[in-house]
Parts: sequence; structure tokens; C-alpha cells
Amino acid sequence: MNTYWKFGAIVAVVIGVLTWLGMGGVNESKTYYKEIKEVKAMGVHADTERLRVNGYVQQGSIVRDGAKVSFILHETPGMLQNDPERLEVVYNGADPLPDTFKDNAQALADGKLGQDGVFHASKVQAKCASKYEAKPQMKTDATPVRTQARG
Amino acid sequence: MENIGALSILLAFCFAIYAVVASVVGKLKKNSFLIVSAERAVYSVWVLVTTASGLLIYSLLTGDFRLAYVAAHTDSSMKMIYKFTAWWGGQQGSLLLWSWLLATYSTVVVFMNRRKFRDMMPWVTTVLMVTESFFLMLIAFVLSPFAVLEAGRGNIVEGVGQGLNPLLQYWTMVIHPPMLYLGYVGFTVPFAFAMGSLITKQPGDAWIHTTRRWTIVTWLFQSAGILLGQGWAYAVLGWGGYWAWDPVENASLLPWITATAFLHSVMMQEKKGMMKVWNMVLISGTFFLCIFGTFLTRSGVVSSVHAFAQSPIGKYFVMFLAVGIAATVILILERLKYLKSEARLESVVSRESSFMFNNLILVASCFAVLWGTMFPVISEALTGEKISVDAPFFNRINIPIGLALIFLTGIGPLIAWRRSSIESLKRAFMMPSIAAVVLMGVLAGFGVWEHPYALVSFGLCMFVTATIISEFWKGASAIRAKDGVGFLPAAITLTHRNTRRYGGYLVHMGIVFMFIGYTGAAFDVNVTKEIPPGGSFALGHYDLHIANVEQGENDTYAWQRLTVDASRNGSPLGVLYPERRLYKASQQPTSEVAIRRRLNEDLYINFAGLSADNKRAVIQAYVFPLVSWIWIGFWVLAFGTIVCLIPNKVRLSYARTQVVGVAEKHAAVER
Repeated sequence: MNTYWKFGAIVAVVIGVLTWLGMGGVNESKTYYKEIKEVKAMGVHADTERLRVNGYVQQGSIVRDGAKVSFILHETPGMLQNDPERLEVVYNGADPLPDTFKDNAQALADGKLGQDGVFHASKVQAKCASKYEAKPQMKTDATPVRTQARG
Repeated sequence: MENIGALSILLAFCFAIYAVVASVVGKLKKNSFLIVSAERAVYSVWVLVTTASGLLIYSLLTGDFRLAYVAAHTDSSMKMIYKFTAWWGGQQGSLLLWSWLLATYSTVVVFMNRRKFRDMMPWVTTVLMVTESFFLMLIAFVLSPFAVLEAGRGNIVEGVGQGLNPLLQYWTMVIHPPMLYLGYVGFTVPFAFAMGSLITKQPGDAWIHTTRRWTIVTWLFQSAGILLGQGWAYAVLGWGGYWAWDPVENASLLPWITATAFLHSVMMQEKKGMMKVWNMVLISGTFFLCIFGTFLTRSGVVSSVHAFAQSPIGKYFVMFLAVGIAATVILILERLKYLKSEARLESVVSRESSFMFNNLILVASCFAVLWGTMFPVISEALTGEKISVDAPFFNRINIPIGLALIFLTGIGPLIAWRRSSIESLKRAFMMPSIAAVVLMGVLAGFGVWEHPYALVSFGLCMFVTATIISEFWKGASAIRAKDGVGFLPAAITLTHRNTRRYGGYLVHMGIVFMFIGYTGAAFDVNVTKEIPPGGSFALGHYDLHIANVEQGENDTYAWQRLTVDASRNGSPLGVLYPERRLYKASQQPTSEVAIRRRLNEDLYINFAGLSADNKRAVIQAYVFPLVSWIWIGFWVLAFGTIVCLIPNKVRLSYARTQVVGVAEKHAAVER
């Protein structure tokens, strides 16, 4: 057989295997970006897909109970209990929450919506409170901080 | 002051544009006066950008809080060194740093080649200055580092500044960004030479020889930048990880992957005259990925935990990338006939094909990382649904790729050019294979078979180590027999004869050490506990006792500190002091983790704060096996890279090998 054919066959196999691995990886870890109201609207279907929800942590809503941390996210910053667009989140991951995660911080929660309407996060990321970004054109590179559930 | 700074940037922009125009016109009209004037303009750009940078640094150090940039990134209580590092702490400043580094590189290139490559240099200058003027345009017209706050206009000095994020006030963070930038920016130079040789229709390898050292040095800077980032994440962020496949991390990795592929595939061109088109593609790809990386980190197009703000510069980067890539592709297609391969692939079992596989899987990895990073953008464009992929995706693809790469690291250097016989393969690989299988058998006996990837990884690391040792052993033994010196002097002589080859082995050894460290992650242990002072808990084979909780404060932050006594089987191992701080200026809490670093494993304790009733300490404790080998591996890699840069001892004794031929050809080109 011609060398180039052999080489081509090996290349095809390598690419095929990697594509297969990649597709598996996508299916395993794909996460849909959703807004809080979209998550609410999804209702019962929401518990099958991994979701990523962005929101602002309600002042004083962070409750730590051992490794479990619960808090409430809002679509817009500075909202309190009466806001309809809010989501109760429970984080139960292995890793510590980032230092930037605190009242009024902007947070990204990855996880699934449970039947009980509570969002069960396996990973929470947080950006610094919006104080730094109050003035347009003067935005600050905030914090490279993360927490991550190792797979 | 700010006016002089802004004016310097504006003038530098004009000079850069002038250098482009004068180079092109001078070259086309064969006017050497214009060409020289373009080169002088390059020096002027450097002087002007240096002036602007100096003024910004002066404002940062003296705390001129009228300036928006100074107020946003420093405060009066910060240490001098961190005030200085605020130069690259924000968007505008880091773009200025980019421009300054490129101006510096350009100046060095123009000066070093002021009498060489006269036909190619105008085009090199052009490419460098087009890139420079793009970045200067951004800071001159879009994001000025010298913008003055509203409050400052009335000369009312507002406050003391908001301070640099305390998480960034750590020594590796001082040098991590400039290291990465030195790497990013540095690839502009080999790219410029590649384009210069394409435009002037020089099919040869002159551009590769000239830029080889550049490429190696910038590759080292990039490696250092990435590793410093990992070291920082590990020591500061409190979750003990060093890599999370975050878009910004991926952005730094992408050009590193293509650059690594480039460093290998140029050897094919030097020795065999093959893969010329491919090398052009790789170096262009690396350059554009560097720009793309800057774009990702600076534009906020993909949401990242690094939380760089959304900014208006994204569209400029997209335009620059689109035009640049289109021009490069057209140029390469136009010049295809000058890039014909001089040799054919003769066998699948040969050095050539091992290089090709190395390139194939590196590029596949690069593509996968790029695809995964851009997945939210791609999926939104295609389906309207924004979907992200996460660590499992990257790990699934990149772990097998990493293993295949480490395998090739062992195979490649020992396999013959053109074709290899079964006999020679047996001779070269019998012992390393046996060593690997024995190690895997022993580890499997200890229960490592539960982690098949880890088992394979350790086996391959053993395999590569054995091949590298055998290479040094064979060469050094020959010298020893001839000169009657000890093994170490013989090994040094050997390395000095062919620094690229043996330096390369050292780099490979560093990579092996890093793989050992990464593989250790399969065996991490962690536990989260709430423990009252005086309490104890167990983690793996460690016993941890919380002896004390203290509190206090100073000018910059308030702190709480634990005293943790670690012991194993009743024998004390030492005391660790994890700490929690609250910085006053930014109201930002941070954790200062305590790490007991050892070669076999790190004990890592994070104090997450006090529990709700203030009576118990919340502690996250980890054991990270082998993690120190990542940092050791980096130092070996850096040492090996530096060895590669040392010139060979002249008059090689084995005068007819191809390596010498290349060295002579190189010398001829230099003349």
C-alpha cells in the first residue's frame, strides 16, 4: 500500500476517535445559558438539562450550612424579596466558593433545576460586585476567581 | 502631564503609519533613503511609546488620582511594586504594554538586521508596524490610558483610588502578565519574517534560521507565563486547582500549542525541505491566535471568570483579524509554487511521520480547545441557543491527546529519518518498553489500575524517561571511552556538541515531570469540615488539629488566622497557618491558603471563614499528590530551553551528519 494511503488512514482514525471523544464530551458537559425567567418558564422540563444562570446575589440571602450554601439570585442588581424574577439556589459542591462570591456580587451558577423549584448548583462563579463597573469607559479588570467542581 | 502622554501615543501612531508607508513605497520605488527613514521611524515609535509608558508609571507611582486609570487600579496604601504592576492591571495599561513590547521588539529587530536581509527587511518592518499601529490606534482613539476623571478636571482630587484587586497582589501575578505578553507579542517577529520571505519570493529557510532563537525565546516566555498563572491559581485561589479550561486560560494555551507544533515542524523543513506551506500556516496561525487571545481576554466576547469587562474594542480586533487572515491566506496561496516540498514521505515508521503525527495531534488539540472555547458563540450563531461546554469536554479530548504526545516524545527522537527497520526499533525501544511495563505492573499491584489513564500516563512517562536517559548514556559513554573523563563531564561535552538535540531532550524531560504532576490530580483527596477550636479531623493519612483562632487588623486588611497542627501516626509534621483577610479599600475577602509542599504530595488547607454562629472554623483541606513536579518540570523545561539557545561547540567531531550541514548552511546565510 502506498505510504500516503497508510498515513491518511491513520490520520482518519485519529481524527475519528477525537471527534467521537469530543461529541461525548459535549453531550456530557453542555450547559445552556438561561435567564432566570426562562428557567422559571421551563418548569418540569428544566430538570433534564444542565443550565447556567446568571444573576445578582440578594443582600443577606447567603446561608451557610456546613458545606452546603444557599442563596437567592436576581435578574437585576439590588432587588429584594418581592422581585418575581428570583431563583433560590443551593450549592453543594466540593470546592470552596470564590472569595468574590458575596452579597450583591454577580454570580454564575451551573447546575440543574430540581422538582422542588430550587436550583441545585454544582459550580458557582462570581465576579466582583458591580461597584467597580459603575462608570462606563472606566471598567476595571476584576477578579480572576473561580471555583470549580472537578470532574 | 497626561497631555504629553496622550500626545506621545498619538505621535507614535503617526510615526508607525509613516514607517509602513515609507517602507512599502521605498521598497517598490527602490528608494533606500525612504527605507532607512522608515527604520528610523521605528526607533522614534519606541522612544514615544516609552515616554508614554514612563509617564503612566510615574502617575501610578505618585498616585495621580485625577487620572481615571490611576484611580481605578491603585490606592495610596498599596506597595510600590503593585503600583508599578498596575501598568498592566487594566485594559488601557495592558494595551500600552503590548504596544511598548512590540515597539521594543521591532527596534531590536530593525537594529540587529540594519545591514542584513536588505530585500526582506522593508516588508518585515511593514508587518511589525502595521500591528503596532493597530494597538496604538486603540489606545490613541478608543481607550486612552490618560483619560482624566470628571472630578479631576476641576482639580478636586477624589479619594485614594480603588486599589488593585488583592487577589492579584501576589508575586507570580507581578510577572505572569508581562511574561505572557512577551510571548504573545514575540510571535509577531517570526511572523513578520515569514511574510517578508513570502512577499520577496524567497523559498528558502532564511526566515526560519533567523527567527529560530526568537521563536524559542518567545516560546519560553509563553511557557513561563502559563506556568506562573497555574502556580498563582494553585497558591492563591483556594481550591487547589491550576487549570479550569476557562476561556482566558485557553486563549493563552492556543498559540502555545501551535508554537510547539511549529518548533517541531521547522526541523522537517531544515533537514528535509518538507512542510514549507505547513510551517507558513503554523506561524501565521500562532500570530493570529496571539492576537485572538488578546481579543478574547480584552473584549469580553466569551464570558469568563476572569471577568474582564465588556469593552468597545472587540469590533476593531475582529476587523484586524479578518483583514490580516485574509491577506495572509491570499499571500500563501499566491506563493504556493515557491513552497514545494523537496522530499517525499517514505514510510509510516520514520522520523518524518512522527513529526507529522506530533503536528496532527497538536493541531487537533488546538482546534478542540478553540472549538470548546468558542462553543457559546458558535452555538448561538447556529441554533440561537447559547450553550457552553465545560471541563469534561476538554479533558476527554486532551487527556488522550496528551498521552499520545508523550508517547511520541519518546518515539520521535530515536526513530530514524526516512524509514526504520524492525531491528533498529527493537534495539532502541526494547529497554524503555520493559521499564514502562514493569512500572505499570508494580503500580497496578498497588491499586492504580482503578485509574487507567493515570496508569498509562505513568507508564509512558517511564518510557520517555528511559529513552532520554539511554540517549545521554550512549553518547556520554562514547565520549568517556575516548577521553577518559567522568560521566557528568562527558554528558556536558555531549550536550555542548549538539545543544539543540540534547537541550531538546531536557525540555522533553521537563514535560515528562509536568505530566507526572498532572497525573497526580487523579488521586486528589479533599474534605470540608466545620471544626471548633481545639477540635481535630483526619484527611488521608494526616491528622489535623485546630489549635487556635486569632484575629487582628492592619492598615490594609483585617485578618483571622488558624493554627493547624499536622501530624501523621502521632508524629508531628509541623504547623500550618491558613488565613482569611478582608481588604479595606475594596471590601474584598481573600483566603491565604497554607500549603505544606513535599515532592510526593502537598497538604493544602484553606480557611473558608467562621461558621454562622462564629464558633466553628470552616476548613477545606486537600491532599494533592505529585503536584510539585509540575513546577519542577517547568524549571527543567526552562533550563533545557536555555541549553537549546547556547551555540554548538564549533567543529563538530562527527562532521558528516546532517546537523552540521544545517549549521554551515546557517552560517552561510548569516554571512
